[in-house]
Amino acid sequence: MSDLLAVLFDGVVYSSWLFLMAAGLTLIYGVMKILNIAHGSLYALGAYTAATIGGAWLAAGHPPIGSYAMLALAAVLVGVVMGPLLERGLLKWMYGRDEVVLLLVTYAAFLILEDAIKLVWGVESKLLPEPYALPGNFQIGELDFPVYNLILIAVAIVTGVVLAWALHRTRQGKLLLAVIHDREISAALGINVSRVYLVTFSVGAALAALGGALAAPAIAVSPGIGVEVIVLSFAVVVVGGLGSLGGAALGALLVGVVRSLAVRYWPEAELFTIYFVMALVLIARPRGLFSAPEARRI
Amino acid sequence: MKRLLRWFSIALAGALAATGAMAQQPVKIGIVTFLSGPAAGPFGVPARNGFELVAEMLNAGRVPAPYATKGLGGSAIELVVIDEAGGPQKQVAELRNLAQRVDYVIGYISSGDCLAVAPVAEELRRITVLFDCGTPRIFEDASYKYVFRTGPHGTMDNTSLALYVLERHPKVRSFAGINQNYAWGQDSWADFDAAMKALKPGIEVKTSQMTKLFAGQFSAEISTLLSSKADVIHSSFWGGDLEGLILQGAPRGLFKKHVVALSAGEPAVNRLGAKIPDGTIIGARGPFGPFAPDNEFNRWFKTSFQERYAVPPNYASYKAANALLGLKSAFEKAQKAGAASPTDDQIVAAFENITFEGVGGTVRMSLGKGHQATMDNAIGTAKTVGGQLQMVNVKRYPADKVNPPEGTKSEAWIKSGFKK
Repeated sequence: MSDLLAVLFDGVVYSSWLFLMAAGLTLIYGVMKILNIAHGSLYALGAYTAATIGGAWLAAGHPPIGSYAMLALAAVLVGVVMGPLLERGLLKWMYGRDEVVLLLVTYAAFLILEDAIKLVWGVESKLLPEPYALPGNFQIGELDFPVYNLILIAVAIVTGVVLAWALHRTRQGKLLLAVIHDREISAALGINVSRVYLVTFSVGAALAALGGALAAPAIAVSPGIGVEVIVLSFAVVVVGGLGSLGGAALGALLVGVVRSLAVRYWPEAELFTIYFVMALVLIARPRGLFSAPEARRI
Repeated sequence: MKRLLRWFSIALAGALAATGAMAQQPVKIGIVTFLSGPAAGPFGVPARNGFELVAEMLNAGRVPAPYATKGLGGSAIELVVIDEAGGPQKQVAELRNLAQRVDYVIGYISSGDCLAVAPVAEELRRITVLFDCGTPRIFEDASYKYVFRTGPHGTMDNTSLALYVLERHPKVRSFAGINQNYAWGQDSWADFDAAMKALKPGIEVKTSQMTKLFAGQFSAEISTLLSSKADVIHSSFWGGDLEGLILQGAPRGLFKKHVVALSAGEPAVNRLGAKIPDGTIIGARGPFGPFAPDNEFNRWFKTSFQERYAVPPNYASYKAANALLGLKSAFEKAQKAGAASPTDDQIVAAFENITFEGVGGTVRMSLGKGHQATMDNAIGTAKTVGGQLQMVNVKRYPADKVNPPEGTKSEAWIKSGFKK
């Protein structure tokens, strides 16, 4: 029993990390109808920024507990700087074009950012292991797990709840939902769609960066980490339904737990199971688990 | 005045004679190594640094004996460095372009790239020296005239590791693996698995985890390995995956509860230092880095590299240096045979079966009809002493003990129980 519990816990940890990525991706798609490939680079930027400022914090002799604040600060910094830079500097000039063109534009941005990361941080990996080991371990059965994983799960849950609350319970969120439903009518009703786009893209960028910043203590932050993440995140949002926050949560949970079960009980099929689940969902519900029916346009 | 003119002519002639050799047309060598992507940090850039350092030192005549002559047979070496990133298809196209611009090509870290470019190098009749890729299939499944590999192939990484594990821990009864799910990881696991079973019949395999390349996060895999209760855990992880496994596995007791053997662990020694838990078994894909012999030649390389790049050379740097030295040895052997400017065919003839002194020890081109190098291997155990990571219990394995004999495929040789 404790064995299965450990497997499920691993699945939930992986899901939490996936959700942070997928939430930003699906939010941007829902509002702006952009499949943002550069999301992977924003994740990488979050990880690199976290490793840099977290490392500087520790090197300066500050209390190690403060390194967690540095992880959050890294996410905010990337969201505040890169969000407006990409949205105002690049995407704004492409609105109204075909979705495929926008996809290619974000792919170009992804390639540029990958090289920019290499120019700034070089090709050597960056490490920030202290926050991962600092809170110690807890046990499930005979297995030790880092308490850090509980922090990751808590952050994912809080992020999901705050996003859902902001979307459905605040005026700004309702304006955003209106834009998701129909951009043209929203603009005609006086909603500042341009500002909604800017805020949405920046929040999405910050979520990607948060995923990277929280992953940084457990991984070697090295070139190419954004590539791996973007493929998995797409699988999650496709399973959940593009544009749906609840779908992203359920998709992440499904992919994470199925992967964890496969790693334990059928390791040869680990990769296969993720995409098999995706295929099954798409056969049953071609637009994903939570996609809303699209309004007919005349 | 006459006397003055005579002395001037003598001095001029002397100066011309002294600089004559290096005034020849430079030899252009194309270098292919990862400059971007995940393999650039652990292998590609340290290798490029090794190439550049040795080329410059050779041109300046500052490499110790037996490489006293400047450059390549007296001609200055000029490197043309290109990026290996992009996959085999891109590398084939790059090689076709590069071959038109350079005299010789040295390169390739990825086994996939090596397998793809070898037949193309042969078709182009361009001498191509593979320096790092591990797959033994290059010369076991094919035969080439213009292709050489101056680095040992991957078989000895895992045969040595299996021998070492069983010598140091003779009571182990089971093992498990965590390897990357592509050619390198699969081949490494297959070799280690077969070697352990051949050396200790009846040993049990608990689990084989094949992770997606650059997955980075291994919480579920570590849980599975911990639950397996395997005595030994084998991994051929490299780069970010290797560092991630150590960073995530150490706090959870993976390295305390199991004997962990890392066949390509050496590049992480410089990167992680004391973060590598005591007792971890480390391989360096040859007698490189901390396993290199303590002789003048190796000390020169280590010191020069450290002075210039502020980090010690890792095994990729050693293999890069050896590739240049191997080509130089073959070139100059052909010159000594009577050809002042040897043709490619003369260099090929000189290169086959050559033995030369590399920075990690003697390199013998003794497999693959004289095109594939073998070297001794060394394995050690990590131990932190006074905050510094050291390699203890280092065991050296002669090349012929951990490599198949000429004409025998690695897989069959391991399964035969290393029979000669």
